[in-house]
Amino acid sequence: MADVITFYTLAALILIFGLLVVTTRNTVHSVLFLVADFLAVAMLYASMNSLFVAAIQVLVYAGGIVVLYLFVVMLVNLKRPPEEVRDPARQTGLGGVLAGVVLAELALIAVANALDPPATDAASSTAGLTEQVGLALYTDYLIPFEVASVLLLVAMVGAIVLARREL
Amino acid sequence: MISPSFNAIVPMLCATAGALVVMLAESWRARGERMPLGVLGGIALSAAGIALALLWDQQASSFGVIVADNFGIFVSLVVVVAGLVSIAFSSQVLDRDGIPRGEYYALLLFAIVGMMMMATANDLLVVFIGLEVMSVAVYVLTGIRRDDPRGVEGAFKYFLLGAFASAFLLYGVAFTFGLTGTTRLDGIGQFLAARSMSSSPMVLLAMGLLLVGFAFKISAVPFHMWTPDAYEGAPAVVTGFMSTGVKAAAFAAFTRVFLSAFEPFSADWAPLVWYLAIATMVLGTVVGVAQHNLKRMLAYSSIAHGGYLLVGLVAANQVGKEAILFYLAAYAVTNLAAFGAIALLGTADRANDTLQDYRGLWQSRPMVAGVLTVALLSLGGLPPTAGFIGKWYIFSAAVSAGYYGLAIAGVLTSVISVFFYLRVVVMMYMTEPAGTIAPPVVSRAALATLAVTAAIILYLGVLPTALLDLAAASIDTIF
Repeated sequence: MADVITFYTLAALILIFGLLVVTTRNTVHSVLFLVADFLAVAMLYASMNSLFVAAIQVLVYAGGIVVLYLFVVMLVNLKRPPEEVRDPARQTGLGGVLAGVVLAELALIAVANALDPPATDAASSTAGLTEQVGLALYTDYLIPFEVASVLLLVAMVGAIVLARREL
Repeated sequence: MISPSFNAIVPMLCATAGALVVMLAESWRARGERMPLGVLGGIALSAAGIALALLWDQQASSFGVIVADNFGIFVSLVVVVAGLVSIAFSSQVLDRDGIPRGEYYALLLFAIVGMMMMATANDLLVVFIGLEVMSVAVYVLTGIRRDDPRGVEGAFKYFLLGAFASAFLLYGVAFTFGLTGTTRLDGIGQFLAARSMSSSPMVLLAMGLLLVGFAFKISAVPFHMWTPDAYEGAPAVVTGFMSTGVKAAAFAAFTRVFLSAFEPFSADWAPLVWYLAIATMVLGTVVGVAQHNLKRMLAYSSIAHGGYLLVGLVAANQVGKEAILFYLAAYAVTNLAAFGAIALLGTADRANDTLQDYRGLWQSRPMVAGVLTVALLSLGGLPPTAGFIGKWYIFSAAVSAGYYGLAIAGVLTSVISVFFYLRVVVMMYMTEPAGTIAPPVVSRAALATLAVTAAIILYLGVLPTALLDLAAASIDTIF
C-alpha cells in the first residue's frame, strides 16, 4: 500500500513539474522546474530500490544536464523585462535558515548512525546493486554499451559540422 | 546465454575503423593537401563486404545481441553496396558543393555502421542504438550544406520529427521490456508465444509504439511528412544514400521485430500495416504526380515504394519475405542510379533538379540520360528491369496470401506512377535542350559507376534467379 501511495505521489509530482516546465514563461524558472522533475524521477528510481540509477539520475541529469541548460539560458540573450530592484539582503535570512536545517539534518544522521548503526540486513539488500549494473553492462550489454560511445562520437562530429562558423 | 564471440560484429568494426581512419587522416592533413578519403572509405566498406560474405551461412552471434544470420547479412550487403556506390559518386559532388570531405565520409561510414547494426540486431536495445547512430549521422548529412536554406530546413524538420519518432520507439521498447522482462527478440517471441495473451492492452500499446517508430523511418503515410523536404533539401548523393540505406536498415529491423518477436500477434498488427500500405502507396503516387522538382518527385516515389514493401510484410508468406529482400536490393540499386544521375548533373551554381532542366538531356549528356531512363523505368516497374521483377513478386505474394485489395491497389498505383516517370523520359528525349545551361563535366569514375548500376538493374530484370535464391536462403535461417 505504501509503495502504491509513493508511486502515485511521485508520478503526480513528475507530471506537474513536467507541465510547469513547458508552461512557465520565465526560462530560468522552467529549468529549475526541470531540476525538480529530475529529482522526483530520481526518487521514483530510489523507491524501486534502484539506488545506482537514482544516483546517476541526480548526478547526470539534475547536475550536469541542467547546468548546461542554465548556461544556454544565460548565453542566449532572451528578451526579458528588467526585474525590479529588490533588497539584495532579502534572501540572506532564508538561505541561512535552510543551510542551518541541512546542517542539523546531517548532524542528526551522523549522531543516529553513531549511536545505532543500521542493521546489516538492510544494507545487504542494496549492496551489490552497482555491481549488478556493472556486470550486466560489461557482459550482456557490452555491445550496446560500446556502440553508445560511437553514437556520442557521431553526435559530437555532427554538432561541430553543423555549428562551426567557417567551412 | 552468452556467446562471447566477436565474429558477428567484424563487418561493423571494419566500417567503424574506416570512419576513424578517415577522421584521423582529415585531422592530420596539411592545409591544401588532398587525402584519398573516398578510397579509404571504399577500402573499409570492401573489407566489411568481404567479412559479411565470409559470415554467410555461419550463423555467427555476438553476445546474443548481434546475430549475423543470412537475413541480416543480405540487408547489410545491400547497405554496403549503397555506401560504395554513394562514395563513388561523392568525390566530384563534394568538391563542387564545398562539402567538408572528412566529416562527410566519416558520417557516411558511421551511418552504415548503424544500419548494419539494425539489420543484424537481435535485441530491441541494439535496434534502438543502431537506429540512433544511423539517424544522427543522416540528420547531419542532410544539412551538411549549411549555405543551402532548403538543406538546413530539411535537416531541421527531419531531426525534430525523427527525435520524436525515436521517443515513440523507445517507449515501445520500454513497454515490451516491462511486459516480457527481456529485450532479446527471441526471448520476447518465446514469452509471447507461451502466454497466448489474447491481445492485452499492454501488448497492443507496445506494438503500436514500435510500429510508429519504424513507420516513421520507412516514411510510411501518415508518418511521411519529413520525407519530401529532407530528400529535396539534402545533396542528391546523400538523398540517394538515405533513401536506400535508411529504408533497407529500418525495414530489416521492422521485419525482424514484427515477424519474429511479435509473430504471435500478427492478427493484431497485420490489419494496421494493411492500412498503412494502402495509404502509403496511394498518397506517394498521387502527390508524386503533381511534383515539378525531380528530387521531390522521387521522394514521393520512395514513399510509394515503401508502401509496396509493406505489402510484402502484410502478406508475410514465403514469397512475401523473399520479395521484401529482393525488392530492397532492386530498389536500392535503382534509386542509387537515379539520384546519382541527378547529383552528377548539378553544377556549383544550381542543382539542376527541376523537370525543365532535363529538356533534351539526351543530346547534351546521352550516357547520363540513358542510365536515368533505365532507373526511372525500373522505378515504374516496367520490364525488363529489376523493378518489374520486384513488383511481380510482391504482388504475387499478396495474391497468394489472399490480399487481393493490396495487389489491386499496388498495380493501379504502379500504372499511375509510370505517368510521372515517363514524363521525365519524354522531357529528356523529345524536347529540344533549353541551351542556357552548360552541361556539367562528369568524372569517368562516376560515369563508370552509373553504367554499372544500370547494368545491374537490367541484369536483375532479365536473370533475377541468382538474387532470388540468395533471398530465399536468407529467410530460411530465421522466421
